Amino acid sequence: MSDIEHIKEKVLSNQRLNPDDALVLFDQAELLQLADLAGQRRRDLHPEPVVTFVSDRNINYTNVCVSGCKFCAFFRPPGHKDGYVIETSDLDKKIEETIALGGTQILLQGGMHPELDLNYYINLLQYIKSRFKIHIHGFSPTEIAYLADLSSLSINKILEKLIEAGLDSIPGGGAEILVDEIRHKISPNKCSAEKWLEVMKTAHHLGLKTTATMMFGHVEGKKHIIEHLLKLRKLQDETAGFTAFIPWSFQPDNTKIDVRPATAVEYLRVLAISRLVLDNIENLQVSWVTQGDKIAQLGLAFGANDFGSTMIEENVVAAAGVKFRLPKSEIIRLIENAGYTARQRDCFYNVITAS
Amino acid sequence: MEDMITDNQLKGISEKVFSGIRLDADDALLLYKSNDIIGIGHLADFVRRKRHGKKAFFVYNQHLNYTNVCINHCRFCAYSRSKGQPGAFTLTIEDVRKKLSDRIAEPITEIHMVGGINPELPFEYYLDLLKTIKEIRADVTIKAFTAVEIDHLAGISGLSLEKTIDILKGAGLEMIPGGGAEVLSARVRDKLFPRKIGHDRWLEVITKIHSAGLTSNATMLYGHIETLEERVKHFIRLRSLQDKTNGFTAFIPLAFHSQNTLLMDIASTTAFEDLKNIAIARLMLDNFDHIKAYWVMIGEKLAQTALAFGADDLDGTIIEEKITHMAGATSSKGLTRQKIRDMIQSAGWEAVERDSFYNEI
Repeated sequence: MSDIEHIKEKVLSNQRLNPDDALVLFDQAELLQLADLAGQRRRDLHPEPVVTFVSDRNINYTNVCVSGCKFCAFFRPPGHKDGYVIETSDLDKKIEETIALGGTQILLQGGMHPELDLNYYINLLQYIKSRFKIHIHGFSPTEIAYLADLSSLSINKILEKLIEAGLDSIPGGGAEILVDEIRHKISPNKCSAEKWLEVMKTAHHLGLKTTATMMFGHVEGKKHIIEHLLKLRKLQDETAGFTAFIPWSFQPDNTKIDVRPATAVEYLRVLAISRLVLDNIENLQVSWVTQGDKIAQLGLAFGANDFGSTMIEENVVAAAGVKFRLPKSEIIRLIENAGYTARQRDCFYNVITAS
Repeated sequence: MEDMITDNQLKGISEKVFSGIRLDADDALLLYKSNDIIGIGHLADFVRRKRHGKKAFFVYNQHLNYTNVCINHCRFCAYSRSKGQPGAFTLTIEDVRKKLSDRIAEPITEIHMVGGINPELPFEYYLDLLKTIKEIRADVTIKAFTAVEIDHLAGISGLSLEKTIDILKGAGLEMIPGGGAEVLSARVRDKLFPRKIGHDRWLEVITKIHSAGLTSNATMLYGHIETLEERVKHFIRLRSLQDKTNGFTAFIPLAFHSQNTLLMDIASTTAFEDLKNIAIARLMLDNFDHIKAYWVMIGEKLAQTALAFGADDLDGTIIEEKITHMAGATSSKGLTRQKIRDMIQSAGWEAVERDSFYNEI
């Protein structure tokens, strides 16, 4: 029996793949074999041919950031003339528009701004919650870890305060590759892999659901991608707090990392391998923002069951030179054209309307 | 590996494919109606690998569009202009000379040249185009003039089709691109391109081309008003002709782009549709050597992916693609040789630069 056939046996009998299996998949599996295996696992987890999506807007409350990550085209250092912190009038307008368009949540993220203290975040959350009935999916572990440092409070304490002020769930950003050797190269000032996982673990223990992401296609190797997946899987075994995993490929324009961007086939391979390794994270999202509508749709045949968000506004990837737009009607068309039923969901993957 | 097929309705087809039995129209329809894109891709990949193993071809080419003035006014076209309309252009022989000379340092092996049906251009103009190319680049292969243009040239030369082809061949024409076929269907023609030659004439011209010892490609413009049955009929017509002449080299499905056309309301094709079309072409056109994933039409990302769904050729490096970009294509206007190689190799295939006749360079 070849290595691939052996892995196929494991997938068919719902056994967990080990790191060696993952490497074999990377090195030996043909593209369609990966799709076949990932499709199998997707059907085990989601027997109904349904693909979900969420209607939301990215709101970046500030672009001022001390992290200076080499892959980022969005941030401005403190004191830069283009740096901003969002005005409440802007915030109101953006949220009103989101609600008018049927949006159910906002993705609230920003840079590591040295002058914004815990009170700023608490006030921001309270302000939004006092005016709008909307889910706040906000502050990646990087922001939370930075805030903990800045205010000399524990992560647990910070999260408690934020939850009390209205935080509903945490996005999985800032994970990049959860291997410090790689993080030192691309985002040396960002929290360590261990810290990122600690924030998520704490959040999960406090009852918050979170997602997890991975940004690949820069200076990492296959083994680092596998390590990333295994760290997430291990934590998920403990907490079951991750709702979804979202891998995407690094977009090099306007950044300080000069590499050949990951190709569509490389993306689809990582997507399928993620589905196979992360047997305990229920949902897998395609990244149409980085891959475009065609490869995103095809991702549904490579293990993904969620089309992500309508992203009424997106700034970070756009700053790196990639500007795909996809209205809700188009997301639904793409899902149905691939033979699935499209369903709008909330942040916890509950279907909220029949589309 | 057969269990890669998850749609049980395809089991019969898969048995045929694995034992090399020709598929019929009903099989093709069943494939089109199935959503099992991975299963369909797997079948097409089996056929592709039997012919080409892990090779994926590309050509270093230059596109020349000599005029966009056209009397055909096809409803799906964003490229054509009427005489005197803003944006209308016709290259002079000097312009062509310059376009070729500007890139003389590049290792171009093929000139792909097509244009509108511009009644003001005399037959000599076309001969001059060919002669000028040969004069500046003696060693390139000229792939030029679709069957639609060849039909028009026979009209203005006042000679028979055979004689016209003979003269063009004498002036340097070596291969015919596959355009102008659109959908080989009288119904679709009536609705979208009534002034252009119909399928009978298109097939007749191509037959004569093949008889003259020239090879050609074949295309299908899909994703507008055509039915699945019409697509399948298109395949059968091409396959029957190929059985007789064996003159087709490659089949190239062309995804319709609606922007700036009279059919703007038609949504763009999806990845599933594009890949199915490529895979089903590979399965139905069992007597064609090559299936192209034309990256200009479906984007670089999907074209790369299509190599695993039956395609074995990414067409060319191309600079200055006009026709599809005027209809809203968002792909690059040209890819470097290195970029094409990277696309192929990073997808696990062996990149092979070829000439027009698929000889390896």
